[in-house]
Amino acid sequence: MPDPLFVFFAALTLGAAGLLVLSRNAVTSAMGMILALVGIAAEFFLLDAYFLGVLQILVYAGAVMVLFLFIIMLLNTDKPETKYPWMKAAGGLAVFLFLSAGVIALILHSGALDKVAGPTPPELSNNPAEFSTAAKAFGRLLYTKYMLPLQMAGLLLLLALVGVVNLSKDAKPNA
Amino acid sequence: MEHTTLAHHLLLAGLLFAAGLTGVIIRRNLLVVYMCLELMLAAATLALVAFSRFNNTMDGAVLVFFVITVAAAEVAVGLALIVALYRRTGTVSSDQLNTLCD
Repeated sequence: MPDPLFVFFAALTLGAAGLLVLSRNAVTSAMGMILALVGIAAEFFLLDAYFLGVLQILVYAGAVMVLFLFIIMLLNTDKPETKYPWMKAAGGLAVFLFLSAGVIALILHSGALDKVAGPTPPELSNNPAEFSTAAKAFGRLLYTKYMLPLQMAGLLLLLALVGVVNLSKDAKPNA
Repeated sequence: MEHTTLAHHLLLAGLLFAAGLTGVIIRRNLLVVYMCLELMLAAATLALVAFSRFNNTMDGAVLVFFVITVAAAEVAVGLALIVALYRRTGTVSSDQLNTLCD
């Protein structure tokens, strides 16, 4: 039997994801998304990844979702979508059931069923970085093993900045 | 988390991913489709953190750090594209964006 806190936040996250997918109002969907992201952050906390949980709330539930809500209200698309056609709803349900069944089958056939947090498995023994709750562990890895990806992430953010400015500069329609 | 196994976390991540993909398929508002894409990314990060924690390695958690960075940049560019599309066509519904169909 899993931790009751895990069950609570898993139910919260799945319910919020359902709200995101099924609500016909875009703003309600965004609220569901925020709740789902906070639920995932809570799961990060339960997994002892405190730094990532805080980062998730700050970046995702904070900055990204505020941007989403801003654009939803800017574009004023708050009139709800029409009802789903029968075929489309059935197709969506089929995809969901198919994927869920695949996930459950994969988990049942993997060694994950009774795996609890333990020491580093022998096949990963050449990896010196053990799991740590300290933000310091992130810093050490980011500036040693992941130096190049860190620089690339910085470059990507710069390019995104330039790209967004360039995309939103052209205000003339059909220019 | 004394009796919570890796399987519980993977199941949650898988169900969230399935919900996100379902939303991408059935929703027609491009903004909501985009949010469902973000949900799929977040589900993948949950699985990564779970693997990282249960295998006692830090690399999965660092990868999640990069995923969050890339997702933030991606959201900014994607939303700028959607706004540009709205300025040009006046709609963000994928039902009406069928110029290439006709």
